[in-house]
Amino acid sequence: MFYREAGQYKTSYPSDMAVFPIAQDRIGIGLILAAAFIFIPMVASDFIMSSVMIPFLVFSLAAIGLNILTGYTGLISLGTGAFMGVGAYACYKLTTIFPGVNIIVWIIVSGFFSAFVGIIFGIPSLRIKGFYLAVATLAAQFFLQWCFVRIPWLYNYNASGAIEVGTRTLFGIPIVGPNATPEVRYYVLLCIVVALTWIASNIVHGRIGRSWMAVRDMDIAAELMGIKLLDTKLLAFAVSSFYAGVAGACMMFLWYGGGEASDAFNINQSFNILFMVIIGGLGSLIGSFFGAAFISMLPTVLKFGLPAIGIPLSGATAEHLIHIMVGGLIIFFLIVEPHGLARLWQIGKQKLRMWPFPY
Amino acid sequence: MKFRHFALGAAAAVLAGATTLTAVPVQAQDTIYVPLLTYRTGPFANSGIPIADGMHDYLRMLNERDGGIGGARIVVEECETGYDTKKGIECYESTKGKGPVVYNPYSTGITLQMIPKATADKIPVLSMAYGLSASAKGNIFPWIFNPPATYWDGASVFIRHVAEQSGGLDKLKGKKIGLIHLDAPFGKEPIALLEALGKKYGFELKLYPVAASDMQNQGSVWLNIRRDRPDWIYNQGWGAMNPTAVKEAAKNNFPMERLVGVWWAGGDDDARAGGDAAKGYKSLNFHAAGTNFPVIQDIQKHVVDKGLSKAPKEKVGENLYNRGVYNSMLIAEAVRTAQKITGKKAINSEDMRKGLEALDITPARLKEMGMDGFAAPVKLSCDDHNGHNKVYVAQWDGTKWVKGSEWMDPMKDDVMPLIDTAAADYAKSNNWPARSEACQKGS
Repeated sequence: MFYREAGQYKTSYPSDMAVFPIAQDRIGIGLILAAAFIFIPMVASDFIMSSVMIPFLVFSLAAIGLNILTGYTGLISLGTGAFMGVGAYACYKLTTIFPGVNIIVWIIVSGFFSAFVGIIFGIPSLRIKGFYLAVATLAAQFFLQWCFVRIPWLYNYNASGAIEVGTRTLFGIPIVGPNATPEVRYYVLLCIVVALTWIASNIVHGRIGRSWMAVRDMDIAAELMGIKLLDTKLLAFAVSSFYAGVAGACMMFLWYGGGEASDAFNINQSFNILFMVIIGGLGSLIGSFFGAAFISMLPTVLKFGLPAIGIPLSGATAEHLIHIMVGGLIIFFLIVEPHGLARLWQIGKQKLRMWPFPY
Repeated sequence: MKFRHFALGAAAAVLAGATTLTAVPVQAQDTIYVPLLTYRTGPFANSGIPIADGMHDYLRMLNERDGGIGGARIVVEECETGYDTKKGIECYESTKGKGPVVYNPYSTGITLQMIPKATADKIPVLSMAYGLSASAKGNIFPWIFNPPATYWDGASVFIRHVAEQSGGLDKLKGKKIGLIHLDAPFGKEPIALLEALGKKYGFELKLYPVAASDMQNQGSVWLNIRRDRPDWIYNQGWGAMNPTAVKEAAKNNFPMERLVGVWWAGGDDDARAGGDAAKGYKSLNFHAAGTNFPVIQDIQKHVVDKGLSKAPKEKVGENLYNRGVYNSMLIAEAVRTAQKITGKKAINSEDMRKGLEALDITPARLKEMGMDGFAAPVKLSCDDHNGHNKVYVAQWDGTKWVKGSEWMDPMKDDVMPLIDTAAADYAKSNNWPARSEACQKGS
């Protein structure tokens, strides 16, 4: 009734090709952004900011990266954790060598290092597909993680092998390091995520995105249509790793604030992000956000939310129960909608369009 | 239909349980909030559970027996970390608003994360014999404490033990000493010191890294050990790595009394895994195992026998359980010292820092606490947040840990320069703020 595009005429090609062709969607995205920029920082406590929202945004970014590769181009990767690590270590090296340059610049630039590494490990994708490619990217995961432990230059010969994040400022306000407040870190991260999501949305809706999807749907047909497979696949690896790298740098600098980095980028991280993409919805940007919310927020919300509403769960029992609950919910959602939460969202929108009529 | 009945029943049961358990105990006016970051789940749970039980039970015992510390009840809250850094920070962020007096991160990774955060938030961190060795420098790390000894102290005691067994430090020349370690920052910690000592005393250091994913699969590592035939092996391992190392040593006929673990490689289950062949396995220690101390008997009487503990009765007094007790004893003593300094009952985190800096556990005090022979005296100061206290070598006799050597001082002359450099490096690379907290008189 309210969500209906009747009467909204498209009179030009740009308006027909717009990402949000319906006025209600544009209002909706405006509301979400307003909530993210104004409402959440106003009401959320420091704990929610630093332990729920910041991890959610970091993982959303990483999930977008993997979604570009797996969802849009159809190449399975198990190396996302390691590519995130490349971003984190690159950012660390850059900011220790050039401490004068603003850290936000280095967070973005570190994505290019990760993109470069991604291209190298993407080369086999021309020859191998599916599970075999997943195994090849697994090699990237193990090799890079080995580098993070064994090349002391990467962590400046630190005795504990840790990345140390000192205070870095923007306009005199600390944005990174122990003195940066969660609000400031959240805003910096939110700006990065919004900007990169906007860019990703433009890429996947444009020529490049279409060529990725053509490769995903049938690579021989795509080749016959004149799409260069190697270039397209490597570009997907590069863009995907770029996003993962930026997410990794954000993770270390805006969320963790340093620490034992080699451990944070292990195979479990790669799997987590793959699960986010699968549960959120392959080939959907909004699905990346849903997936990240589901996998990263849910355990924290259950762990600290249930005691807050009076259900006394604590310690190990809670941990086990949360594992069971999250696992159960994953199975539930995959049974209800095998195409992920994004598809559920789409169905919901479709239903809303029909409402109050049943069809 | 049946399923529905079951679901309804289950929901009702959960609700009923929830309502009975939510009856919040009335809190006394003076309380001291101590969050315990523990891990009863995850890959290291076998080491984490006894420590968590020991820490919890000692503080609980003080509440039951003495009504708290100095009249203030202790409010203990466990937060499960699973040894996972991400969950560790979550625990920190979720509890720091409740006025904690001290944090025990119980993971090197979480400690490293917490050092800058807790310093900014002005909450002391007690990383008991783990974490960042350099944080022993109180003038650089006013909020971080790591008594009673650093990993470097531990490794030096190991070398001292080797020298003692071989007939003097000069006999170390030409010996081959292996270090089997977890290939992570924690495991690599002793390398710097062992290399320095190797240069000084002329022994050869062989490294055997074990990746965290291969903790239970050390076959190839031990193949290398068989080839190199080191005279002694120092084991810097944790969790599932330790029982595997002991088993592999037994399988490869490595003389068990020449395999010495760091204090974290001294769990009862670690040694028990090797069966009879594990007899003779050694591990460093800074407190005694067993129940033969008044303090442990008090815990049994006031906590375990009343069913207030999660620990199974037979596990009370095991080595890692007692380590938890020792850790909580340090917390409690620091609280008591802080109360004495400030004259307050309910101290805050800043008072706690003063208490930790003035911590002085004398032999008389140990006796008073029922810990005579349980631990060595500990004395911290404004400058020295570690104490570099005495450590001994414990030995597995097949069923329990017994004393395998006298209490030995670490080689402070070799350890201190490393700590000074590491602390200076840390301060430099982090633009670390200079200490602004004044020292207490007499500490």
